[in-house]
Amino acid sequence: MLRDITLGQYYQVDSVIHRLDPRVKLGTTILFIISLFVFDGVGGYAAAALFLALVIRLSNVPFRFMIKGMKSIVFLLSITVVFNLFLTPGEPMFRLWKLTVTQEGVRLAVLLSIRLGFLIIGSSVMTLTTTPNQLTDGLEKMLKPLNKLKVPVHEIAMMMSIALRFIPILMEETDKIMKAQLARCADFESGNLIKKAKSLVPLLVPLFISAFRRANDLAMAMEARCYRGGEHRTKMKPLQYEKRDYIAYLIVLCYLVAGVILGKLLPVLLGTVLA
Amino acid sequence: MPIILDKVSHIYGEDTAMAVRALDNISLVIPDGQFIGLIGHTGSGKSTLVQHLNGLMKSTSGSIYFNGEDIDSEGFDKKELRSKVGLVFQYPEHQLFETDVFSDVCFGPKNLGLTKKEAELRAYAALKLVGLEDDYFYQSPFDLSGGQKRRVAIAGVLAMKPEVLILDEPTAGLDPKGRDEILDQIAKLKRETGITVLLVSHSMDDVAKYVDRIIVMNKGRVMYDEEPREVFRQYQALEAVGLAAPQVTYIMKELRDHGYDVSDEVTTIEEAKREILAYFRER
Repeated sequence: MLRDITLGQYYQVDSVIHRLDPRVKLGTTILFIISLFVFDGVGGYAAAALFLALVIRLSNVPFRFMIKGMKSIVFLLSITVVFNLFLTPGEPMFRLWKLTVTQEGVRLAVLLSIRLGFLIIGSSVMTLTTTPNQLTDGLEKMLKPLNKLKVPVHEIAMMMSIALRFIPILMEETDKIMKAQLARCADFESGNLIKKAKSLVPLLVPLFISAFRRANDLAMAMEARCYRGGEHRTKMKPLQYEKRDYIAYLIVLCYLVAGVILGKLLPVLLGTVLA
Repeated sequence: MPIILDKVSHIYGEDTAMAVRALDNISLVIPDGQFIGLIGHTGSGKSTLVQHLNGLMKSTSGSIYFNGEDIDSEGFDKKELRSKVGLVFQYPEHQLFETDVFSDVCFGPKNLGLTKKEAELRAYAALKLVGLEDDYFYQSPFDLSGGQKRRVAIAGVLAMKPEVLILDEPTAGLDPKGRDEILDQIAKLKRETGITVLLVSHSMDDVAKYVDRIIVMNKGRVMYDEEPREVFRQYQALEAVGLAAPQVTYIMKELRDHGYDVSDEVTTIEEAKREILAYFRER
């Protein structure tokens, strides 16, 4: 029942995107998200759509697989769209019962759903093509300068990678304990809210105990291998930019320039042509 | 009450690229009162199979009948089924949650809607059945040793008075002494209560001594379903799928190859002892 969540999952396949340096992917994702909110007009979004399509194509991850993981988000998305549709003040278009749909509302709703949709797909492309370990490695290296400001960058990255690593383990554990209690005729579904919350005790107590046990084991294993934090720690495979990474940066730059130009110039150009 | 499986298949992640056929067309009859060993290598589908027997998992195709009723039919009481077919998972001590041993064992019977008194009586009887001393009853389950915790967890299922008891690798992670104690206790329980017991394991040595029927699974299919002696005769085929006959069977084969006239169809140490003594007496 918990296996169906594909958001944030790694999809194992070989592709150019998979082989890129995680820093490139992280940076690009951040730039892409910013660009979605900066770009204006049809031109900008056409550029974003084109860029996204190109990346998805290159990533070798089936588009169907990405969409499947988004189903849970669609609900959230539709709520924001509905709110924007009805609650934006402006020129009224038509009335539905007591609610007024405005032109501004429609514009905002469309814009928002495009922005959020692209944002989610864009960031899921990153997680689908990058293992959690690579991701935290990339983050650590990117944030390294903050070390000078006494920010414990390595420790934060380590915590992140451990937390990410534990998600599937704890999910599996939850599934197992749930089944074990179901086998003892536990009832997780019926009853009112208080009864339901109470029925979670037989699930949560063993889950916490096992999480602590695992954390303890992991700490012990790390200490047994002389782990003492980031100082003087070297990497077996240090991240190094290669030719394809520079090319990727170049493409991203092209995309940003194209987006700005299309977004700003297209309406002007169209205006002059029409005039 | 017998359990009948009719062409049961289970596919994990159907309709995805990662689909795995965990059970492939399994047909079995589990009659009352048998002591059955279910054996297979890791990933052979044995855990998947036992979770079908009490309705925790639903088969992709095929049907399962408990006492003549299809367990997937509408209106079938799954809760009732789970109380009748008790399933003890691997590392069952990980499911303990109460503040003391006794309340934890009461959890199952209480879920059945029994009165407090009835639940406590059953819990007491179950704890006695697994051979736990009274001193431990009001201790925190987390203070007990591994073997004791496991007994408490098994008692937690027994307290529901199941008619079929399924144990998934009950000896995993125990030392040899703890292993023998648990297995002996299960055998004793079987003798005293006469319930059906299905013992899941990957070790032939564990089951050879106790069971009167062995089901060998490989890659989601039933490979053998016979008496232990018959199964172990195929030890070469067993080795090919990552299993083995009991160690004592190999010793007897060696002895035979070295010219001692002993039977090599021996599956337990007790039998081997008798066989060897008989051989020396004859000489």
